[in-house]
Amino acid sequence: MSIVSTGAKGQTALLMGNDAIARGALEAGVRVVAGYPGTPSSEIIQTLADVASNHGLYVEWSANEKVGLEVAAAGSFAQLRSLAVMKQVGVNVASDFLLHLSEYGTRAGLVLVTCEDPGGLSSTNEGDSRHYAKMMEFPLIEPGNFQEAKDMAAWGFELSEKVHNVVMFRSVTRMSHASGNVVLGEISPGPSKARFQFDGDMMDQMGGPVVTFPGMVDPMHRRQLEKLEMARKIFETSPFNTYTGPNQPDLLVITSSAASLYAREAIDLLHVAERVGLLKLGTTWPLPPKLLAKHLKTSEKTLIIEEGMPFLEDNIKALWTELGPEAGTKQFFGRKDGPLPPTDELNPDLVARALAEILGLPAPTADQAYMGRAAELAKTHAPFRAMTFCPGCPHRASYWLLNSALKQDNRRGFVCGDIGCYTLGVIGCGFNTLKTSHAMGSGTGLASGFGKLNRFGFDQPVMAVCGDSTFFHAAMPALVNAIHNRADMTLVLVDNSGTAMTGFQPHPGSSSDASGGELPSVDIARICEAMGAEVAIADPFEMERAEKTILDLLDKEDGVRVLILRQACALSPGKKGKRLFEMAVDENACLAEECGCNRLCTRIFGCPGLIWDPEAKKTRIDEVICVGCGVCASICPTGAISKKEVAS
Amino acid sequence: MTAPQLPIDPYNVIITGVGGQGNVLASRLMGRMLVAQDYYVTIGETFGASQRGGSVMSHLRISTRSAWSPQIPHGRAHMVIAIEPSEAFRVLAVYGNAEIQVIWNTRPIHPVSVITGQAVYPSLEEIAQGLNELSAQNWPLEATSQAQTMGNPILGNIMMVGALSAVSDLPLGSDIFEETINEMMPPAKVPINLQAFSWGRAALT
Repeated sequence: MSIVSTGAKGQTALLMGNDAIARGALEAGVRVVAGYPGTPSSEIIQTLADVASNHGLYVEWSANEKVGLEVAAAGSFAQLRSLAVMKQVGVNVASDFLLHLSEYGTRAGLVLVTCEDPGGLSSTNEGDSRHYAKMMEFPLIEPGNFQEAKDMAAWGFELSEKVHNVVMFRSVTRMSHASGNVVLGEISPGPSKARFQFDGDMMDQMGGPVVTFPGMVDPMHRRQLEKLEMARKIFETSPFNTYTGPNQPDLLVITSSAASLYAREAIDLLHVAERVGLLKLGTTWPLPPKLLAKHLKTSEKTLIIEEGMPFLEDNIKALWTELGPEAGTKQFFGRKDGPLPPTDELNPDLVARALAEILGLPAPTADQAYMGRAAELAKTHAPFRAMTFCPGCPHRASYWLLNSALKQDNRRGFVCGDIGCYTLGVIGCGFNTLKTSHAMGSGTGLASGFGKLNRFGFDQPVMAVCGDSTFFHAAMPALVNAIHNRADMTLVLVDNSGTAMTGFQPHPGSSSDASGGELPSVDIARICEAMGAEVAIADPFEMERAEKTILDLLDKEDGVRVLILRQACALSPGKKGKRLFEMAVDENACLAEECGCNRLCTRIFGCPGLIWDPEAKKTRIDEVICVGCGVCASICPTGAISKKEVAS
Repeated sequence: MTAPQLPIDPYNVIITGVGGQGNVLASRLMGRMLVAQDYYVTIGETFGASQRGGSVMSHLRISTRSAWSPQIPHGRAHMVIAIEPSEAFRVLAVYGNAEIQVIWNTRPIHPVSVITGQAVYPSLEEIAQGLNELSAQNWPLEATSQAQTMGNPILGNIMMVGALSAVSDLPLGSDIFEETINEMMPPAKVPINLQAFSWGRAALT
């Protein structure tokens, strides 16, 4: 079992940031945990789900982040410390409830963890949720190292109980998915009895009904601001705000989160510890004005180093103007004012260059001759490695089918994309099939809109794809909309039996819970039928039949068709490591460039399990990579690729 | 802290490869072996979307002093472990320097650009020549083919860690490996991992 659960107090463990957050929650006596998977957040809930029975927790993968936050809030209202976890885009989904939640407030500690992805390493955006803390007026905390990730996660519950409001804990990829030494504390058993009190009046924070209600808006909003004020006072003396450096630095650096590790590294690289002061903020909303004023006055130059948008930069500048003449003249640097870039993830080199520029020092340089030669060799020796579907991925087969059906149909039909591994349908590995891609469920919503444009002369067939987890998360309302409004569209549900992109978490269509216990599965096909759609089901690996089904559906007019292309993910627990077929290439039959196929299998289909041998001019199977799905045998026009069933 | 001093502190290792080769396991394993000996270890990893057939990298910072940035500053890696050979060049172009050492697995995984014919994969001779030019020392290792004979190509990652234990000053001996692998793996998988580690260690001893 994981050290997150078994590690003793005082022990030093190497923990990934997400595991440190999970351990902090256990040390705080968390009882209820809910959220929706999304990189880089997913390990927090999974780690707690794996030890749920050992610590008496309730842990669920919710249908979406809004429901996840509501489930966690119910725990808080019933006097149990509760945790909601999501990635940055999930906070947008949860935000409607979050506005009401923070207006009324909470009972037992409620921490909302958001793990964000500066640079979009595993995201399609650089969303920065810190603005919600300001916009919706609740406290925000950000750990600056791995020990703090654990300690501040635990403290977040305490803080939430002091101010009776939700506390946002923001992490970033380089905190969540990085690892470091953490000294463990004691795991708290937490209360076991849940009870929801509601007999008091509406303003009775601990005993009344938990409502936001017209007529109560002003007193509740005033109470919310008092809570924020209380947080501000606590933050003035928080041990998570630290200063290292001289009393009168040439440059004051204010930083938070993983960026504080880059700042330390850059100061070390440039040997400027005697000249630069480092104010690391762990509490980033509301800002502690006295603490900031004290430090701002020590230097005429301030550089703000943060991951994401210029949130601290803007708010610290606003605070400085409020201080008036006593604050003196100041020169601010950061992402907005330069020299740090306004977008993308930071790193120690960007920070070191910025520090050097402001201090008038030469930037740390590498051996230019070496770097030049290494760059040259990288061009020839490290061929571009684009993202692609895994060998044996059903999405490659599904997109092959959709792409070829739309070509045969020949009416410039197109597919609206959605969020999951199958978003890769935008690029070559999915044959550039997707022509739109936005938020969870948006493909179906957009198709619903395109499907109503026929009165404006629109005559292109409209399709949307969506995964099984995405269907429950956000596509259902869009599908209802399309059916009710009689949009002309086909929804292709690429059902791979789990939330594959993020590590195969279960969803409402699965028959297990987060911890592996049994749950009733909700049947996607029956839901779609009950909604009023015409439903067909096919296996993308049975290519001939599936293609015919798609062409038949494209021929239909008016109304919504749903095609479920069902085949489990190649990495699913049931399939992983098991080979369905032994694949082989008959060298005599493989005509490669001589064949009319023009190397269909390697040039177009492009499965990583195939190798193109340019010398022999033949296709080969890579026996290390191939998982034996058998699909390439179906697409080879000369029948050179054969499949032989593996005896089970 | 009682950890023995390091000749270079922080000592920076990059483990690189392609999603699915066991990069993350190798970095965690090394990290745990060193934390058990009271070192500070900071690991930065890329996974998620990049795992889908893309390049993956783990940065390890090993120190007696403190945690460091989970991203190594450019040009400042000391050791590269390339579980996929061409990936070594991608790493060296950003983090390399004339003093760097490289341990590399000889088994290529062709990227889609090579499978489709848009790009050409270098020959092993070209790779060896390039690495001779860009590193102070480098060691090729036929890890994947050896791992296949042991029944699972993924064991290549453990072999690479075994090889590192033979050529570096880091305290990554067989005893601490055995202790750590016992904590990380179910008992049934321990013997084959011990075998893989020993093969890698012996290969470069």
